[in-house]
Amino acid sequence: MAENKGVIVFGETAGGKLAAITTELLGCGSKLAKELGQELSAVLVGSGVSDLAKEAIAFGADKVYVVDDAQLKDYQTDAYTSVMEKVIKQAMPQILLLGQTSIGRDLAPRLAFRLKTAASLGCLELAIDPSSKLLLQTKPVYGGNAQAVFTCETFPQIATVRVKTMEPLERDQSRKGEIITVDAALEPSAIKTKVLEKVAEKVEGVRLEDAEVVVSGGRGIGSEEGFTQLEELARMLKGAVGATRPPCDNGWVPAGAQIGLTGKIIAPDLYIAIALSGSSQHMSGCSGSKTIVAINKDPEANIFREARFGVVGDWKKALPALTEKLKELLAG
Amino acid sequence: MNMIVCIKQVIDPEAPPASFKIDSASNKVVPPQGVSPVIDPYAEYGVEAALKIKDALGGKITAISLGSNQLRDIVKKPLAMGADELVLLEDEAFDGGDSWSTAYALAMAIKKLGEYDIVFCGREASDWNAGQVGSGIAELLGLPSITLVKKIDVSDGKARVERVTDEGYEVIEVPLPVLITVSNEIGEPRYPTIKGIMAAKKKEPTIWKPADIGVEASQIGAAGSHTKLLKLFQPVREGKCEVIEGESPEEAAANLAQKLREAKIL
Ligand SMILES: Cc1cc2nc3c(=O)[nH]c(=O)nc-3n(C[C@H](O)[C@H](O)[C@H](O)COP(=O)(O)OP(=O)(O)OC[C@H]3O[C@@H](n4cnc5c(N)ncnc54)[C@H](O)[C@@H]3O)c2cc1C
Repeated sequence: MAENKGVIVFGETAGGKLAAITTELLGCGSKLAKELGQELSAVLVGSGVSDLAKEAIAFGADKVYVVDDAQLKDYQTDAYTSVMEKVIKQAMPQILLLGQTSIGRDLAPRLAFRLKTAASLGCLELAIDPSSKLLLQTKPVYGGNAQAVFTCETFPQIATVRVKTMEPLERDQSRKGEIITVDAALEPSAIKTKVLEKVAEKVEGVRLEDAEVVVSGGRGIGSEEGFTQLEELARMLKGAVGATRPPCDNGWVPAGAQIGLTGKIIAPDLYIAIALSGSSQHMSGCSGSKTIVAINKDPEANIFREARFGVVGDWKKALPALTEKLKELLAG
Repeated sequence: MNMIVCIKQVIDPEAPPASFKIDSASNKVVPPQGVSPVIDPYAEYGVEAALKIKDALGGKITAISLGSNQLRDIVKKPLAMGADELVLLEDEAFDGGDSWSTAYALAMAIKKLGEYDIVFCGREASDWNAGQVGSGIAELLGLPSITLVKKIDVSDGKARVERVTDEGYEVIEVPLPVLITVSNEIGEPRYPTIKGIMAAKKKEPTIWKPADIGVEASQIGAAGSHTKLLKLFQPVREGKCEVIEGESPEEAAANLAQKLREAKIL
């Protein structure tokens, strides 16, 4: 049996470009590959993705496997698992990295079971153990209350990586690499699911993931109307509105506003946390923020253990005053 | 409709973060004093998803839970909510497992149950946040899987399912049987009714040991795991929050604005 070698990154695309997570994975993968003294590869699966192979090379891949097929236009568990199984059996990597996205969360475990190995989802740190040369996979557990370091002795070792935790390499168009085309060879009968429709939530203004300032509200905001006050501050700061899970579950804000372990992961310059307790599951999605500011009426709330600045008090009183004063200061 | 829901008992994830402790010598979590364990919240959303279908179409719901020391009052909650049967995979040999060995044992138990149209799991459990057992069971049983599901409509032997994506959601059609992992967007789990609680009290769970589902001790629990936990630790918090003072919340907030400006954060 051939020996497993190298690091391979499952690439995602967005709007005809490599998704940010893909360049982050290539950045992380190139470090791991260097440490092992092995190659870094990327896999691009989809329809019309061939042109992006050069981009993957510019961002660090030595080799790019391309599976370009009209049937692969939309992500589908069955189809993508079978294509990835084929690529992995051809490439025989030691390590496979995916993004902790709605695709990676679905594909990584299914593929791990197909390949009779294991995966760690939502890793924050990856390193090579100096003695065993195994991948040390650090991920939050217990909703972020703790972190665990796992290893896996079956190959490939599979990990999904949280967005915005790894640095991409500088794009270098002069880099050379090899492009390998793989035939999807899909049996249409093996694909049991059918994607009928894809619905993108409308976003007004700045996307939450791209916003430099995020004004976020929790259960204590109490209503949809309450959130209009957060929107006002967000608009003034050219930022976006986020939320904990309860406001999303209650329909005060769209589901896409949820930040946390099972929502979006963001790392803005400023995170203004209002009437939210700072549960570990919520903080998992925003603890990478540069500065966290909290408004909460409970001085014992966990958010004050995470924040840099805090105001203890009713948000209904504090928020309008904050907005007012900032308006004045930023105008002057 | 025959439905199976995989559930488990966990330490209450809503307990205050400050009460969370680990014993680093054994790499184990110390259960917080005076906080009762709960059914894993996402698994409870799974029970709710099954109940919604049962409400609409009728059918039978069997909950399966794996572990040792399962408190009857806790693991019977799905019965109190409206599920029909409870199977406990209860043996120390099931302990310390990872996603692989847990999915394997559950898949074997589901095989033994035999008839099913939909198998439900939560999208990820609140303890290890692994998010893999559902997909694993589907792969082991050769079923299609749809993860992160927020809505399900069943008709003509097919399910039309809405799956949460990073951009919004997608609508997927899949023939039954299927495995579905459920997200919170499905809607708050219902409270047990008094009648449900009484019925659950009377109902005895079925207990299966490894031999009952045809597995060896070496295939399950810690022995059957593919991953090794090297270290469990609590990340250090800097915890240096500056509380901005003021005569009133309004004044404190205005002072905060000043502070953010001075510190050039804004
Ligand atoms: C597996 C799992 C995954 C999860 N994933 C996520 C996730 O991705 N994102 C997420 O957010 N949650 C998630 N949760 C839920 C999480 O555990 C918490 O339940 C949730 O984050 C709590 O939201 P909150 O802080 O808004 O509500 P609470 O904890 O109820 O806090 C409300 C806060 O508002 C304050 N308050 C109330 N009124 C006022 C007022 N008038 N003025 C000022 N302050 C006020 C209170 O003092 C309190 O601190 C998850 C849970 C599990 C088990």
